[in-house]
Amino acid sequence: MSGSNVLFDAQGPKGRRLSLILSGVGLLLLAAGAAWVYSVLAAPRVATSGVELPSMLDPSRWDIFLDPRVWNRIIFVGVANTLKAASVAAVGAVALGVVFSLLRSAQTRWIRIPIAIILEFFRGMPVLLMMLFILLAGSTGAYWAVVIALILYNGALIGEALRAGLVALPRGQREAGLSLGMRPLQSRLLVEFPQAFRQMLPIIVAQLVVLLKDTSLGFIVGYPELIRVTMNNIASAVGNRYLFSLFFVTLVLYLIMNLSLSWFARWLSRRTASGGKAGRAGRGRRRPPEDPNDAMLNMRQASTDAAASATGGSV
Amino acid sequence: MDAVIENLPRYFSGFGYTLLLLVVAGIAAFIIGTLIAAMRISPVASLRGFATVYTELVRNTPLTLILFFCAFILPYFGVDFSYLVFAMIGLSVYTSPFVAEALRSGINGVPIGQAEAARSVGLGFGQSVTLVILPQAFRMTVPPLINVFIALTKNTSVAGGFFVAELFTIGKELANDNGNAVIAILLGVATFYLIITVPLGLVAGRIEKRLAVQR
Repeated sequence: MSGSNVLFDAQGPKGRRLSLILSGVGLLLLAAGAAWVYSVLAAPRVATSGVELPSMLDPSRWDIFLDPRVWNRIIFVGVANTLKAASVAAVGAVALGVVFSLLRSAQTRWIRIPIAIILEFFRGMPVLLMMLFILLAGSTGAYWAVVIALILYNGALIGEALRAGLVALPRGQREAGLSLGMRPLQSRLLVEFPQAFRQMLPIIVAQLVVLLKDTSLGFIVGYPELIRVTMNNIASAVGNRYLFSLFFVTLVLYLIMNLSLSWFARWLSRRTASGGKAGRAGRGRRRPPEDPNDAMLNMRQASTDAAASATGGSV
Repeated sequence: MDAVIENLPRYFSGFGYTLLLLVVAGIAAFIIGTLIAAMRISPVASLRGFATVYTELVRNTPLTLILFFCAFILPYFGVDFSYLVFAMIGLSVYTSPFVAEALRSGINGVPIGQAEAARSVGLGFGQSVTLVILPQAFRMTVPPLINVFIALTKNTSVAGGFFVAELFTIGKELANDNGNAVIAILLGVATFYLIITVPLGLVAGRIEKRLAVQR
């Protein structure tokens, strides 16, 4: 049911008026909420000692952002470290995912079953716990703890997605490959895998958005990524009165990074959904998902087709 | 191994907090998420817009940042709760858009002919949604919803970074106290998480397989 506008009639004059009024009321409520937030922000704070402190919007709470050194720290240490960890982990996770998916769908039981258990283990436990584990047991330093944990966790998820893609392919693809005289591995790598990869690409990119967000867990294990740099290092250097403005800047930076990656994912899934793929997608039972975040949910359907009992989760 | 057995009571207390966070945040996120999903399919444009913006914003903000906001910025504005309540608020807000998306994808999964049929026999918006669409959507929604709750289970560990003594914190403290048994201690913590996540995953898979046959 994609177009939900089937659900209600094209509205007549009365209905339009009602909807307009409701929209107006909604907007008013939103505006009132915004005004309330503004008034709270703009009101001077009174500390417990009775001293009146400047309001949250007071220039004295924002003036550090005129200092280029602060921006230097934020961009070239915070954002750079976040992106560095995320990109290294992304490459590693995709590579590991490819390996996992091939091993998980191997013919040999000796390979398939232990890998299935390992995948289940990695997907079932929190990334944060994995980071702590690597940090304490591996004594690798915070950067590698963050990166390795993200690689293992997201590699397991991507591997499961790719495997679902492999299983969901029409059986004829493999049969055709084999009947041409390819060995099973050849058919897997040359015929089936490229198709599965393209089909699952939106899901993989959506997972990479999650990975980017998860680098923020470095805050807890002590890796100097964006949140740690702004809310911890800079905040303790310039004093707590800048905490709110620093939080705001951090939030905006994260939204910029994540939203652009999300939009890229959406664009990618639209692109792969149309064009040359249409013929094959029409043959399969599942249409390629339009929204990568839907895709994450649809992955479960894919894995059912794979007769899998997966413990995925995209959140 | 001895270190794990000796400290079982502490594990259980941490596990209790994890379960508490999971249940409270899960219920709250379910309520908020249902509201958001209802807004997203409603005929009123401003509600749809609000729900879309909310979903996009919250879903693209890291959980760590949301919890940071709850734990450090909210008290600044005179909101005075314990860290446990702050963590619950943060987790529910973070999880709610994912619940909404799971519900919406279930609704989108109902064939459009069902809605058309409902409308053509004269049912209104409310009737066709509650009598025709939702009962069918609900079944398809259960597995993705369970997935969201599995993810929530894992996300409760982040609250451990913000002064809630749940499993992750317990694990960290125990690992500090028993430097020679770090691996055993942390595997113990992992086991407790797996006790929740693996059965949930199996249930989701089972339900989904049944639905796949029915479809």
